[in-house]
Amino acid sequence: MGVKSSQLLRLEKVCKSYNTNLVLEDVSFSVNRGETVTLIGPNGAGKSTLMKISLGILDVTSGDVFRAKNISIGYMPQKVMIDDVLPLSIRDFLYLRPNTTYDNIEEVLETVRLPHIADQPIQSASGGEMQRILLARALLGKPDLLVLDEPVQGIDILGQQEIYGLIAEVRDKTNCGVLMISHDLHLVMASTDQVLCLNRHICCSGPPEFVRNDPEYYALMGRPMEGVAIYTHHHSEGHDHLYHGHKSSRDNHDHD
Amino acid sequence: MIDQFIINALVAGVMVAAIAGPLGCFMVWRKMAYFGDTIAHSALMGVALGIAFDSENPVIMIGTCSAVAMLLLFLQRDRRFSSDTLLGILAHSALSIGMIVISMMDRFRTDMMYYLVGQILAIGTDDLYTIGGVVFLSAVILYFIWRPLLSITVHEDLARIEGVRVDQIKISYMLLIAFVVAVSLKVIGVLLITALMIIPAAAARTLAKTPLQMIVLSSVCGIISVISGISISNMWDVPTGPAIVLSATVLFLFGRFFIRARA
Repeated sequence: MGVKSSQLLRLEKVCKSYNTNLVLEDVSFSVNRGETVTLIGPNGAGKSTLMKISLGILDVTSGDVFRAKNISIGYMPQKVMIDDVLPLSIRDFLYLRPNTTYDNIEEVLETVRLPHIADQPIQSASGGEMQRILLARALLGKPDLLVLDEPVQGIDILGQQEIYGLIAEVRDKTNCGVLMISHDLHLVMASTDQVLCLNRHICCSGPPEFVRNDPEYYALMGRPMEGVAIYTHHHSEGHDHLYHGHKSSRDNHDHD
Repeated sequence: MIDQFIINALVAGVMVAAIAGPLGCFMVWRKMAYFGDTIAHSALMGVALGIAFDSENPVIMIGTCSAVAMLLLFLQRDRRFSSDTLLGILAHSALSIGMIVISMMDRFRTDMMYYLVGQILAIGTDDLYTIGGVVFLSAVILYFIWRPLLSITVHEDLARIEGVRVDQIKISYMLLIAFVVAVSLKVIGVLLITALMIIPAAAARTLAKTPLQMIVLSSVCGIISVISGISISNMWDVPTGPAIVLSATVLFLFGRFFIRARA
């Protein structure tokens, strides 16, 4: 359906309204294999709506959504709370995905580095562990496209770097595309190829170093904090570095 | 030699308890206890309609309960009213309709109590076939949907993206409750049927380490409660339904205070 072979997802002039309330206006973008697209924007900007449209669980009011044929989509929802009344181990949580074998589960638990706690109740997992469990669940279907809704919400900085590191690692290993929602750019930007600033419509978009200097971005998100540790991922070297985020060092890092 | 009516009561009670517990587990997990109550109140309306049409056909009751469940699904589309509010409206409206219709028929006014707490000792052989059929059918359906239903219970959107037919599964579950409540009315009554679903499930939680264990244990707890309730009622001449419920409560309290589950 008019999708190039490396293109996994393309939205064209998508509008969405609830009753008379317009929440998305004329949104167009695409996600390719091996590419990370990050969606940022304030609360109520329409990020979750756009994500649900991309996943195909919400219809558009107008515009078109193209997904490549027969691709498998892995979805990592925002923070999942599971009530204590349900006795569920981490392994059983992963097993809830249809057509999953225990071998598949061992494999994804290795990938997110959690095999040692698989038999514990899922309620005992810490915030960071829970996010890694959700990532593991998303990886079970061997996704071509990973869709992540605020994957680091409520996690400390060290945990955030770990999650972003894992996501970049999976992307590089499997050459999947990644579409991710983030509240801000500071930590996520180094492993991102393209940033979309959303506030009902796309205010600005482009590579992170470009968007970061866009006045529209400042208007939307405020000025970045100084001295925050930034996770940077170099495709060429294949392992991870930490940079201390002064503007100068971020501006001249190479990005393929 | 045990009297036939006691055997009938035991068989009916055991069958109902065997399916009520597993359905109750999902009710506890999905926080839907009030939904069970609403369906029970609708069942009373079903009884009333049955009397009005001068028919004891269980299809009338099953149909009424199912209709109310589907009406709830329809009303839930308007996000201005929470499910809680809608359930309150439906439960009490159904109850009121039922009471007014029953009050108009003089010969039944004195029997109201039976429908509220059940008349398990008056279960006939015909009732056993109806209950057995519905329970067996419900068990088969639950066997096929319990995994996807559990997945929906944990995270609906995630289940949907993983290919679970969320709407069909949810409707099936609601209809299962409607079916089981409708045929359980004679056994345990409007006021107590939810108890037979919730309490054994809660009691099972203290021992269970997996969802499947909890489902099986809730059945076992329900069956023990029914047998013990009927025995107690027989020995001390107290109402059977309440004796069954209190037996379940004792099991729950025992589990809660004497068993330390690791999960």
